[in-house]
Formats: sequence, C-alpha cells, structure tokens
Amino acid sequence: MKRIKYILLLAVVALLPLRMSASGGHGDGGQLNIPEIVLEHLADAYEWHIATYDDRHISIPLPIIVRSANTGEWHFCTAHTLPEGFFFDAGHHGKIYEKMADGTAVRPIDLSMTKNVVQIWIVVAVLITVFLSCARWYRKRDAKSAAPRGFVGMMEMLVMSINDDVIKASIGEKHYRRYAPYLLTVFFFIFTCNLIGLIPIFPGGANVTGNINITLFLAVCTMLAINLFGNKEYWKEIFWPDVPLFLKAYPVPIMPVIELFGVFTKPFALMIRLFANMMAGHAVILSFTCVIFLGWSMGAGFGMGLNVFSVLMMLFMNCLEVLVAFVQAYVFTMLSSVFIGLAHQEGHHGN
Amino acid sequence: MELNLPAILTPDLGLLFWMAIAFLVVFGVLAKFGFPAIIKMVDERKQYIDDSLRKAHEANEKLANIQKEGESILQEARERQAQILKEATATRDAIVEKAQEKAREEGARLLSEAKAEIESEKQAAISDIRRQVATLSVEIAEKVLREKLSTDKAQMDLIDRMLDDVSSSDKR
Repeated sequence: MKRIKYILLLAVVALLPLRMSASGGHGDGGQLNIPEIVLEHLADAYEWHIATYDDRHISIPLPIIVRSANTGEWHFCTAHTLPEGFFFDAGHHGKIYEKMADGTAVRPIDLSMTKNVVQIWIVVAVLITVFLSCARWYRKRDAKSAAPRGFVGMMEMLVMSINDDVIKASIGEKHYRRYAPYLLTVFFFIFTCNLIGLIPIFPGGANVTGNINITLFLAVCTMLAINLFGNKEYWKEIFWPDVPLFLKAYPVPIMPVIELFGVFTKPFALMIRLFANMMAGHAVILSFTCVIFLGWSMGAGFGMGLNVFSVLMMLFMNCLEVLVAFVQAYVFTMLSSVFIGLAHQEGHHGN
Repeated sequence: MELNLPAILTPDLGLLFWMAIAFLVVFGVLAKFGFPAIIKMVDERKQYIDDSLRKAHEANEKLANIQKEGESILQEARERQAQILKEATATRDAIVEKAQEKAREEGARLLSEAKAEIESEKQAAISDIRRQVATLSVEIAEKVLREKLSTDKAQMDLIDRMLDDVSSSDKR
C-alpha cells in the first residue's frame, strides 16, 4: 500500500514536465509570468476552468447575464455564444464590455453567474443541507434523549462553541440572542467558503473570501448590525464622549470626528483582514505550484530540487490554510461580536 | 485613465448582487430552521440536566432524612422495649409477691382452721372421755353395788381407789 502511494507520487512528478510544456505552449517562448498566472487564478471567471490539455481548455460554461447599454435588452448566453457587440476586455481582467455606437467601450450591467457566484451557491446548498439535516435530527427528538453523536454531534459542538464562547461572551447575556443567527451564519458561510476554496478542482477552488466584493458585503452587513441597533450610550460615546469640552465641541470637534471615523474603520478592517488573509493563502499555494513549472523551465536538476521543495511547501501551506480557514472565520465572527457588544454597553459603571 | 486594480480588488456589481441574494437566502433559511433548532435543543437539554441534578440532590437529601428518621424510630423502639421489659418485670414481681402473700394467708387460715378443729376434736374427745368415765364410774358402781356392799367404809375406800386410778390414768 505504502509502495503504491510512492509509485503514484513518482508518476505524478514524472508527468509534471509534460503539463509544463503544455502550459508553456501559450506562454510565448516558455517564459512564465507568475504574477499574471496567480492573479488570473485568483480572479473571478465566466467559466469554470478545470484543465488545459494539448492547448484545449476543459471548462464548465457558466451562464452570462448582461443588459445591453445600447438597447436595454437582457442577454442570456455562455462565454462561447457571446452576442454581437460584447467582448471580453483583456485590459479589464477579461470582463465583458460592450462597444457603443461611437466606438467607446462601456461596462454593461453584468449579473452573470460567474465562478464565484456558482461557488457561493454551492456553499449555500452545502450549508442548507447540513443544517436542515441536523435540524431534522433534532425535530425527531426531545430534550430527554441522549446528546447527538457523529456528524450532528460535531455540528452541535461547533455551533454551541461559537454561540457560547464567541457570541455570548462578546455581546453579553442580554442582547446576544438577536444577533446569534446572523453571526453564526457569517461564521459558517466564511468557514465553508474557505474550506471549499482549498479543494483544487471543480466543486471548490474558487477564491470567494479572497475577493473584496464578498468581504465588502459581509463587512457592510456587520456595520449595519452594529449601528442600526446601537443604544443611546453608543451614540453618546461617538458624538459626546466624556472628554474636556475643547476636545469635543470647540474649536474643533476632534473626538466626534475620530469616533465617527472609527465607525467606518472597524468594518473596513474586518473587510481587509479576511480578504487579505484568504487571498494571500491562495496566492502562496498558487505560487508554489508555479515554482514547480518554473523549476522545470530552468532544467531537470533545478526541476527535481525545486519540485521536492515546492511539493513539501504546498502540503505545508495547505495544512496551514485549513487552520487559517477556521481562524479567519472565527476572527471575523469574534470581532463582529465584539463590535456589536460595544454598541450595547451599559455606560461607565465599571470605571 | 481609470485605475486598473487587480481583478480581486475591483468592485463588481454582479458578484455583489448574487452574494447579497445568496447570503440572504442562506441567512433566512438557517436563522429560521437551522440554528434555533440546535440552540433551543441544547438549552432545553441543559435545563433538563440541571433539573435532573437538582432532583437527584433533593432525593439524596430526602434519603438521608429518611435514614435519620429511621434511626430515631429504631432508637425509640429500643427504649420502649426496655421500658416494657422493665414494666413486665415489675408486674411479674408484683404478681409473684401477691401470690406469695395469698399463699401465706391461705396457709395461715388453713393452719388456724386445723388448730380450731383439733381443739374442737380435743374438746369432743375430753367430753367423750368424761362421759365414758361417768359411764365407767356408774358401771363400776353398779359392779361394786352388785358384789357386796359389806361395809360402808370398805366400799368407800374402793370407790376412792377406783376414782383415783381413773383420774390418774386420765391425767396421764
């Protein structure tokens, strides 16, 4: 058994140069542009690329939904059947642009089901399946039956540890119930996205949480959750804090300005943290993958040495990313809870 | 010329739109059917366990109370037993005493009755003897008279001698 694995590994290593030459074919002279490749793999796409073999791309076509800026018509198509007037603009990461009558190119309203969108829906389907099956388990039982085992037990443990140790601990016994469903959803959404993003082939692999749009949306939701339900004390702390008058009213209301700035920097930090961590993880793994090809383009000796090094580093990074997947989801949830908790403080009774 | 950021940093309306829909869907479903079921069940189970623990504690306490009560009842029973035994002994002693008393009285009565009877028997015997003596005397006198009352003197001596014999034998 061990020997078979060993032989398989050797075969994979031996086959790598073939793939290298295949991908090097369209690299113009065999020079690899690693930043370009990495960014391309991190980016969203209109089709789900699986492999390239012999210059033929094997990919799953995804529906493109665009509204023409010229005619106001909605178009449904795939990347291969793009209607007249639309084109993938290489200068804008291959996004769909439309040629106007005067020759300029504009970005039409583009609601395509891109790779990231499909990935999000897969995550949504996974989450709903998992939690509804867990909920069904609970519906069949009552409080007197034994605690669940196996998968349901694990999910219960995970949910309750987030609920009790993060949400309840950060927001406080009094208000946490209202926010728990949102924060739990955020946690499991990010966690599942991160984990599925680590699977290199089809059902996963899209860089969802490493895309600023996703983290922007989550951060805006958290910002709304913080500010819409903040109590009087919270707003007083922002606009009329307990500082000398010259700091908060005259000549310049410097403290309110700083506090108001903080209202936006908190979610902004959340957005950037999640985005940067997940993006960097994917980028590092992709870079080590590219190093394999780079090594082979330098010669067989370099290739063997760098391959071993890169494979080891990739394995290590993948293990690390599993940890990071959890940690980042945990941190996002925890900081959101802490910020929400700060908006529900009971005044300065403590000090 | 507009700023050309990397693709992952470029805001994208379509992605935001779908993200919003997908997130709202998953949030709606999970917040309504997913998490509350789990959290509610765990809370209920916690409540149940707490209740059970409290009940077990109470039952333990009750058991200890019952044990204590049982011991006190046992103690009481033992005391009562001792008391009853003492009373029984006293009663027995009293009964024995009474019986002895009665027996003694009875004995005394029997004795006195026997004495009285003996006395009366004695009296009867004495009177009988007297009667016999008289009869004998009369018979003797008859005999004497029948034989020969030659001299008064000799007759009188004979009578006296005979009477002395009789009385001396009687006295004896």
